Amino acid sequence: MLSFHAAPAMTAAFLASLVEFVEALTVVLAVGSVRGWRPALTGTGLALATLAALVAVLGPALTRIPLEVVRLAVGVLLLLFGLRWLRKAILRAAGAIPLHDEEAAYAGETAVMQSYGLVRDAAWDAVAIGTSFKIVMLEGIEVVFIVVAVGAAGGLLLPASIGALAALLVVILLGVALHRPLAQIPENTLKFVVGVLLSAFGTFWVGEGIGIDWPGADWVLLGLVAGFLAVALAAVPLCRGRRALVLAGD
Amino acid sequence: MDAIRTLLRELAALFVDDGSLAISAILWVAACALGARLGLPSGWLGAALAAGLAVILVENALRGAARKS
Repeated sequence: MLSFHAAPAMTAAFLASLVEFVEALTVVLAVGSVRGWRPALTGTGLALATLAALVAVLGPALTRIPLEVVRLAVGVLLLLFGLRWLRKAILRAAGAIPLHDEEAAYAGETAVMQSYGLVRDAAWDAVAIGTSFKIVMLEGIEVVFIVVAVGAAGGLLLPASIGALAALLVVILLGVALHRPLAQIPENTLKFVVGVLLSAFGTFWVGEGIGIDWPGADWVLLGLVAGFLAVALAAVPLCRGRRALVLAGD
Repeated sequence: MDAIRTLLRELAALFVDDGSLAISAILWVAACALGARLGLPSGWLGAALAAGLAVILVENALRGAARKS
């Protein structure tokens, strides 16, 4: 089971982490460019250390709880998380809600940082450290949840952690190289794929948690992924049509 | 206190932004759990669990698309 599920688990963790860290990078870049890189990176480093500690503590701690209980509880949370991401990705793809705009987010955050007055490279710029810390924690907590949930319910803490770390490395390298928000990353496509994967994982583990003996054992996970993908893709034009009807009726 | 409330609100928002989606999904899982307790065949129950969640997702997305704000 471990090697069969490792690839989708690593993929889900990598893609979800990529999305979250790109959003965090936008704010950290704004903070760094306006208020100085030392406080921006200090806040970021503190947050990453806190997140790593959370994974190190929570991941193994959850393995002490009976697996059936963990699978059901974590499966439900993963399912709700995945369905939430997938629903929003469907609505964005259908044009019902706007796409996330990294350039606009960067401009907005830059303006906010400038409004606090210029304190460039101060030894302890609380605004810069606090803003960086907060955004990396907020975005990173979703990564921690995915890594810990996938790890606890499926015994896949290592592959999920590797996926998340790989995404962090990619984002850091791109951020250092480009020094601007990663607006070209197809964020909604990534969220769509992550939503499908997490909804499938969640359904699988919820099923195991309530006593369903999935026919075909682990192969059914591939079927769930294919099923959620097909349904979500079909939902996009349906939502687009529904939205057009509502707007035409105005 | 405000910081704790904000943190709890942020944590809850990871799983629930549309309450009806979360409630429907949980109720459906509970219904399938009852079916498992009653000894319904696993194959059918698994298919029902997945199909029901898919229907809930699509219905909720369609309602979201119809919302003007």
